[in-house]
Amino acid sequence: MKNQKLYNDIINSLHKNCKLSLEELAAMHGISVAAAAEIIDNLEKDGTILGYGAIINWDKVNSTNRVTAYIELKVTPQRNQGFDRIAERIYQYPEVTALNLMSGSYDFGVTVEGDNLKDISLFVSQHLATMDAVISTATHFVLKRYKNDGNILTVQKEDDREVMSL
Amino acid sequence: MSFNPASFINRSVSAIPPSGIRKFFDIAAEMKDAISLGVGEPDFVTPWHIRNEGIYSLEKGKTHYTSNAGLKELRLAVASYLKRRFNLNYDGLSQVLITVGGSEAIDLFLRTVLNPGDEVLIPEPSFVCYKPITALAGGVPVTIKTKAENKFKLTPQELKKAITPKTKVLVLPYPSNPTGGIMEKADLEALVPVIKEANLMVISDEIYGELTYGKKHISIASLEGMAERTVLVSGFSKAYAMTGWRLGYACGHPDIIKAMTKVHQYAIMSAPTTAQYAAVSALEKGDNDIEYMCSEYNKRRNLIVSRFNAMGLECFEPEGAFYAFPSIKATGLSSEEFVEKLLYSKKVAVVPGNAFGESGEGFIRCSYAYSVENISRALDRIEEFLNDNKLLK
Repeated sequence: MKNQKLYNDIINSLHKNCKLSLEELAAMHGISVAAAAEIIDNLEKDGTILGYGAIINWDKVNSTNRVTAYIELKVTPQRNQGFDRIAERIYQYPEVTALNLMSGSYDFGVTVEGDNLKDISLFVSQHLATMDAVISTATHFVLKRYKNDGNILTVQKEDDREVMSL
Repeated sequence: MSFNPASFINRSVSAIPPSGIRKFFDIAAEMKDAISLGVGEPDFVTPWHIRNEGIYSLEKGKTHYTSNAGLKELRLAVASYLKRRFNLNYDGLSQVLITVGGSEAIDLFLRTVLNPGDEVLIPEPSFVCYKPITALAGGVPVTIKTKAENKFKLTPQELKKAITPKTKVLVLPYPSNPTGGIMEKADLEALVPVIKEANLMVISDEIYGELTYGKKHISIASLEGMAERTVLVSGFSKAYAMTGWRLGYACGHPDIIKAMTKVHQYAIMSAPTTAQYAAVSALEKGDNDIEYMCSEYNKRRNLIVSRFNAMGLECFEPEGAFYAFPSIKATGLSSEEFVEKLLYSKKVAVVPGNAFGESGEGFIRCSYAYSVENISRALDRIEEFLNDNKLLK
């Protein structure tokens, strides 16, 4: 029987910092290195952990001027296949970095990245808007990122605790 | 006649030695790339809903004094919080006093009860303030050396041995800074008959009461007949990462609280108003914040303890607060030598155990209120330090 709480704790620790060594991870959760390795192995195999990457503040990367847009998509779901079939056709594009089915006044929330505004406009007009099932699109460009996946991007974290006698 | 400032300073104040904690940190602060495991406060920022409540109170123009004993709303919230989390029964209006940090509450209590010559029992190693505050209040500090083999708990035998006809107060500083030791229910129950027989009052400093790992903190005030002879001191600094807000409280018998309020009102007037409004939100909506911070500390605790033991510095499992207190006796160095050599050769700052009393000699205090990266880097350097100098066979 797998210990779901332990699995969740390890997932959370890795989500926060995937640079943790196996030894650190094992010690932090009070388990052996072998047990930690096995858990991670299982999580990788069952597709819970999809990969390990650094959290990048792209605004700091000088050479790139990437543009991100969030697109609201209204579609007509297809007989027998609902929204999944349409989603599949959308997420195959490498330009699409995130895709969610939404409740509310539109159906899909699509995050698209491109080198410039024109790239994204073309992508929307040529690939998304032309799909049979798509009824309408509304494109919103990201002007500034403040927080992404739980990480605040606008302030530097530093230890500013002062010397104290306690 | 020429002016000599030193001649004006009160003898008790002159006699207080400087804190042993600061010494090495002032050096470390000047060093480039120094890593510290020294700071005794949470690395978390106060949760946003609490900060927001403080801001909101300012927006509403809540900028006046509160009543001397503290905002009524906050005193009631403290009472219901203590009931909910520790099964303690206090009347918010007559038994709770809001203070400027737990430290003020300790000072107030000792000034309120001590007459010249009264003895105060202080288990050591412990937080550095009890001795000087006792001395300033005219009392006589009497230390009790607790032992590593007892997990630094206070035993009834040790307590009994230290009691004299002049003993008036027992300080009970658990969960412990610097050792991380806790007192469990049975440990406390064993002390009760000794305390009652000697007719002592207890000041129970429970500032780390929310930070225990595995075992829930028990207050001595929750034991039969102990509420009336205990003044419980706690605050918001450690549980809610609110150190800079300077807010704490004392709870006890209405007559004692009333007398303490008298001292408080002339020295302080009232605790900071903004902090008091924020603290209401902490008590009412902060249980999840405590759980979160506690679980983060717990992971770091596991890491630091297992690594100290693995590198040969024996470290008993601290069950509260956020300090590990490994023994460095196997290195043959004194606490101060170890700390000084470590600081100059590897630029890692820790606190020598003897800063917390003689019985802390042979130990170092390492705070784990730091990021995992910081802790791991510091531990790597400590391990290198041991290996480079062949300190362990």
